Amino acid sequence: MIPVQFDYLAPTSVEEALAALGEHGDDAKIMAGGQSLLPVLRMRLNAPEVVIDLGGISSLRGIRDDGDALVIGAMTTHHDVRDDSLVKEHALLLSKAAAEVADSQIRHRGTFGGALAHADPAGDLGAPALALGAQFVIAGPGGTRTVEAADFFVDLFETAIGDDEILVEVRIPKHTGWGAHYEKFVRVAHQWPIVAIAATVKGSIDEARVGLTNMGSTPLRATATEQALAGASATEDGVREAAQLAAEGTNPPSDLNGAADYRQHLARVLTGRAVLKAAGA
Amino acid sequence: MTATQDRAAGEAQKEIGRDRRRKEDQRLITGRTRWTDNITLPGMLHLAMVRSPFAHATITSIDVEAAKSSRNVVAVLTGTDLADTQGVIINAWPISPEQVSPTHLPMPADRVSFAGEIVAVVVARTPAEARDAAELVDVEYDVLPAALDLKEAATDAVLAHPDLGTNRSATWQFDSAQAGTGGDVEETIAKARDGGIVIEREYRQQRLIPAFMEPRSTVVDPTGEQLTMWSATQIPHVLRFALAATTGVSESKIRVIAPDVGGGFGGKLQTTPEEFITFAVARRLGKPIKYTETRSESFLACHHGRDQWQKITLAAEADGTVTGLKVELLTDLGSYNALLGGGTPVLGAFMFNAIYKFKAYQFNVQTVLTNKTWTDAYRGAGRPEATFAIERTMDELAAELGVDPLEIREKNWIRHDEFPFTSVCGLTYDSGNYEAATARAKEMLGYDALRAEQQRRREAGDRVQLGIGVSTFTEMCGLAPSRVLGSLDYGAGGWEHASVRMLATGKVELVTGASAHGQGHETVFSQIVADRLGVPFEDVEVLHGDTQVAHKGMDTYGSRSLVVGGEAVVRAAEKVIEKAKPIAAHLLEANVDDLEFAAGRFGVRGTDQGMTIQEVALATFAAHDYPEGIEPYIDAESTYDPVDFNYPHGTHLCAMEVDTETGAVKMRKYTCCDDIGNVMNPLIVAGQVHGGVTQGIAQALWEEAVYDDNGTLVSGSFVDYLLPTSADTISYDTDHTTSPSTTNSLGAKGVGEAGTIASTPAVVNAVVDAVRHLGVNDIQMPCTPERVWRAIHAHDGDAPTPADAMPHFEADALNQDPTDGAGQ
Ligand SMILES: Cc1cc2nc3c(=O)[nH]c(=O)nc-3n(C[C@H](O)[C@H](O)[C@H](O)COP(=O)(O)OP(=O)(O)OC[C@H]3O[C@@H](n4cnc5c(N)ncnc54)[C@H](O)[C@@H]3O)c2cc1C
Repeated sequence: MIPVQFDYLAPTSVEEALAALGEHGDDAKIMAGGQSLLPVLRMRLNAPEVVIDLGGISSLRGIRDDGDALVIGAMTTHHDVRDDSLVKEHALLLSKAAAEVADSQIRHRGTFGGALAHADPAGDLGAPALALGAQFVIAGPGGTRTVEAADFFVDLFETAIGDDEILVEVRIPKHTGWGAHYEKFVRVAHQWPIVAIAATVKGSIDEARVGLTNMGSTPLRATATEQALAGASATEDGVREAAQLAAEGTNPPSDLNGAADYRQHLARVLTGRAVLKAAGA
Repeated sequence: MTATQDRAAGEAQKEIGRDRRRKEDQRLITGRTRWTDNITLPGMLHLAMVRSPFAHATITSIDVEAAKSSRNVVAVLTGTDLADTQGVIINAWPISPEQVSPTHLPMPADRVSFAGEIVAVVVARTPAEARDAAELVDVEYDVLPAALDLKEAATDAVLAHPDLGTNRSATWQFDSAQAGTGGDVEETIAKARDGGIVIEREYRQQRLIPAFMEPRSTVVDPTGEQLTMWSATQIPHVLRFALAATTGVSESKIRVIAPDVGGGFGGKLQTTPEEFITFAVARRLGKPIKYTETRSESFLACHHGRDQWQKITLAAEADGTVTGLKVELLTDLGSYNALLGGGTPVLGAFMFNAIYKFKAYQFNVQTVLTNKTWTDAYRGAGRPEATFAIERTMDELAAELGVDPLEIREKNWIRHDEFPFTSVCGLTYDSGNYEAATARAKEMLGYDALRAEQQRRREAGDRVQLGIGVSTFTEMCGLAPSRVLGSLDYGAGGWEHASVRMLATGKVELVTGASAHGQGHETVFSQIVADRLGVPFEDVEVLHGDTQVAHKGMDTYGSRSLVVGGEAVVRAAEKVIEKAKPIAAHLLEANVDDLEFAAGRFGVRGTDQGMTIQEVALATFAAHDYPEGIEPYIDAESTYDPVDFNYPHGTHLCAMEVDTETGAVKMRKYTCCDDIGNVMNPLIVAGQVHGGVTQGIAQALWEEAVYDDNGTLVSGSFVDYLLPTSADTISYDTDHTTSPSTTNSLGAKGVGEAGTIASTPAVVNAVVDAVRHLGVNDIQMPCTPERVWRAIHAHDGDAPTPADAMPHFEADALNQDPTDGAGQ
C-alpha cells in the first residue's frame, strides 16, 4: 500500500536530528532501518507529517571497545552486530540473537537501536540486552542521559525514550568468555518468536543470565531461574528445577500461535535447553 | 531448411520428454514483461476501493463530499451511482435447482455481507491520491449480527442474508445404490456394525487463502471500438462472457486480455467485483482505468479455499476389507455463491472412494452461506478434501486393526491387472499401477528402516518421536467432458480449442484457449508442435490469453491444459499436415498416396524427393501453384471435447519428527512416486510436483485463515497467515512410474494439482503416527506445535484437546443428519 504523504528530512548529525525533532514534535517520526516503521506507514496505521532519517549520521554506526563495556551505535545493523568480532568475544549472546532476527535482507537494513527503540515484545534483541544489563544512552534537548535496561522497557512498544529524544548508543557490560545461546521458537523461519530464551552462562555453571522474549508486554528476566542456576551442573538433571521456574511472574499473550499457558510451558522447556546449549553441554 | 534436414538425420532427439528450460521464464522472472500493473495508458486514472470493516451491516449513508474535493480526484461512486451498469457476479454452477443464493452485485448499495466488501470507489489521477481520498469517504453502518461459525450458520441461528430466510444454500448427493453403480451404504454400514468394523471420524478442512504472487490487477481501456480489459485472471474467456451476459455490452464489443499472470492456484479462477467495477467506471468516465489491489485487500477479498467439516463413516469387514463409505460435508461458501461455489466440493464427490474397491458409497454436501469472504476453487478443488478424508481414514482403519497402513491399502486397492476399472461412482479409471508406485516410493524412503527406528524410539520413550505418513492418492483431472458437465448442471462446456497458423517464413503460431499463468504452456505446447510438425522448437510461438487472438477457450484450471488443451494442439497440428499434403503432392508432382510425412518433411516414397512443411507453408503463402479445388490455406484448428477424465495417482510417503515436549514437528524425509502417464517435460513436471507438494504440506502445517468473533480476518497478512519458504522445507525425492493415459493421444495425465492433493494427508498421517502410541488419533490442521502438544497431553488432565479435534457423531451433531435436506 502507499503511505500518506510525508516530508523527509536527512540530518547528518545528532544535534541536527534533535533540532528537527524539537521543531516538529509529535508530527515527526524517527526512521532508522525502516523495517518496522515503513510497514506501519504503508498500512496507514500511522501517518507522521515528517520522517527524520538517521541513516546519514555516521557517528551512530559502529561498535567500539570502551574498557569494561562494548558500545554499540544505535544505527548498527543486525548484520553487523551478528558478525562483529568484539561482540562475539564480549557479548556472544547478542551475536547469537542478531543472527535470528528475520532474514538476511532485513538484517542488512534493520538496526540494533531501531529494534530496541521499537520495543516490540516479540523482538529478538530486547531480552538479550536485558539479560546482559545493557545501558541505553539517550540524547535530548538537555543533553545525554543513561538509562538502565530494567528501566528502559516500559510497556508494549513503549520505552524510556521521550518524544524529543533519540537513542544514540547502547553500552553492553562485557561478558567475556561467557557461553551463550538464543533459543527461538517459531513455526516458520523468518518469523517473530512465539517464545524465545536468551541465555548466557559463565563456566558450567557459575553464573547465568536468562532473558525471555514475548512472555509479557516487555522483555523479562527469569530471575528465579538465574538464582537457581548459580552453581548448578550443566546437565539435564542439573538445570531442570531452575528451568521450571522460568515462567514465574510472566504474563504472556494468547494469540494464533499459542495460548498463554502453552507459552509458559514452552518457556520452561526451552530455558532448560537454552542454558545447556549456552554451557556447551 | 537444412536445419530441418539435419534434424531429420538425427531424428532421435524428440522434443516431447526433453527437459527444456522454460522459454517464458526469463521475462517472467526478471519482471520485464507485461504484468497487468505494468500497463500504463495515456490519460489513465486509478481506483481505490472503500471496503466495509464489518462482516454484516446495513449501509445507512455514504458521504463522499470530502473525498470528492480531495486533490486530483475525478469521481467518487457508490453502488447507488453504478446501479445496473455494474453487472452482476455470476455463479456458473448452481448445484441444485433449489439452490438459495443471494444476488451478488459488485458494489451493493444497501447492505454488506462480509468484511472487505466494496461500498464505494474513488477515481483519481494517481493511486496515492485515490487512496488518500478513499480514507475521506464517510460511510455510516448499522451493524447486524453476523453468521460466522460454519456449524452454527448451518442451524440458521443468525442469517447471513436475512431476505433468503436460510443460510442453507444447497444440498447435493451421490448415492451408489440410486445410481446403480453400487450397493446401499446404510445397509453396508449396519452390517459392519454387527461384527465388522466401522470407523467414524470428523475432519476439518481449514479455510485457506490462495496467496498467488501477483496481486490482482485490472486495466480497462474504453477508448477504442472494443472495450479492452487486461486482467490478472486465469479465465479471460469466461470473464468476457460474464461481462457481456450481465452488463448488456455486446460480447463482440469486449476484448479481454490476460497478459502475463503471476500465479493463481484457482484464486484467479473467478470473475470479481473489482473487475466489474473497473469496467463500469471506465465506461462511465470514458477514460482508461487501472485498479491494482494491495496485498491486504487480496487477503480480504480474493476468494478463499477449502473450509469444510467432513463427517466420514467407513465400513469394513473384520479382516479390514472395506465395504462402504458415507461422506457428509458441510462447506462454507462465504457470503456468496462464487463462480463454481458449491460446485467445488462436488468436484470431490467421486474421489472419496479413491483407489479402493468400495461396494457402496454415498456422498452428501450441504453448502452454507456465512458472513465471511467467499470461497471457491483452490489448487485441487474438491479432490484434496476427498483425498485427505479417505487417506486419514484408511490410516485409522489400519490402526484399528493394528496393521501397517500400506498393508490395509494394498488389501483394498485396485490391482494393476484390474484396469480399466469402474469405480463405485461409475467412473472408469483408465490406467494405473499402485503396486509399482508404492514399491518405488517405499524403496526411496527406506520405509522398513524408518519403521524400525520408529519402534526403537517408541520403546526408548525418546523425546523426539518418529512418524511415517502414507498417502496413496488418485485424482480425476482433465476437466472435462462437456456432457458430464451438463449432467452436473455446470453452466459451460469442458472442451478446449487450438489453432495452428503456418506463417510464410515457416514459423508457426500456436493459438491455445488454455491461458497459462505460470505453468509453462509456452514451452510444452511448443515441444508438442515441434514434434508433430517436425519444426524446430524455437520456431513455435504460443499465443494465448487474448480473446481477440485466442477467440475460443475454456482457460486453465483443473489440471486440464495439457490433457485437454494439448490434445487440441495435437489435433490441430495433424489437420495442418493433412491440409499440406495435397499441396506438397502437387508441388512434388507425386500422388498423395505416395507421400509420407516424417520429421517435418513430406517425402515421396521410394525416392529422395521431398519438401518440408515449412516449404509448403511458403508455397501456400505465395499461392502461385496449388491444386485445383482446394484453398491455398494450411492453417487448422481443433476444438477437442475430452471423451473422459484421466486418473493420475501416486504414493507419497513422509517421515515426520515430533518433539513431544514442545509439540514442534519437523519433516525428516518426503518421497513420492507419481504416475502421470507420459511426461512431456520432466523439468516442468518436477516443478509442478515440488511446488504442489509444498502447497499441500503448507495446509497440513502452516496455513489457516482465521476470523475473530466480529468477522474480522485476523490472519490478514503474511505475519499471521504463514506461508513456508525454502527455509522451511526440505528437498523431496520424486520419481515416476508410467501408465499412459488411454483417454488422450499424448498418453498424458494432469500434474498441476497432484502434489497438493497427495501431500496433505501424508504429512498429517505422519504426525499422528508419531504420537499415536500416546493416545492421539487426530490433530486438526494446521498441525501447529500447540495443537500437537495439546493432543499429546490431552490425557494428562491439564491440557484438554480442543473439542474440534475429536470425533463427535452424536445424533444431534451437525452436518446433514438433523436436517431433511435433499441430500438425505
Ligand atoms: C518481514 C519482517 C520480519 C521481521 N522479523 C523480525 C524478527 O524475527 N525478530 C525481530 O526482532 N525483528 C524482526 N523484524 C523487525 C526488524 O528487526 C526491525 O529492523 C526492527 O524491529 C526495527 O529496526 P529498524 O532499524 O528498522 O527501525 P525503524 O523501523 O526505522 O524504527 C522503528 C521504531 O523505532 C523508532 N526509532 C528507531 N530508531 C530510533 C532511535 N535511534 N531513537 C529513537 N527512536 C528510534 C522509530 O521512530 C520507529 O518508531 C522484522 C521486520 C520485518 C519487516
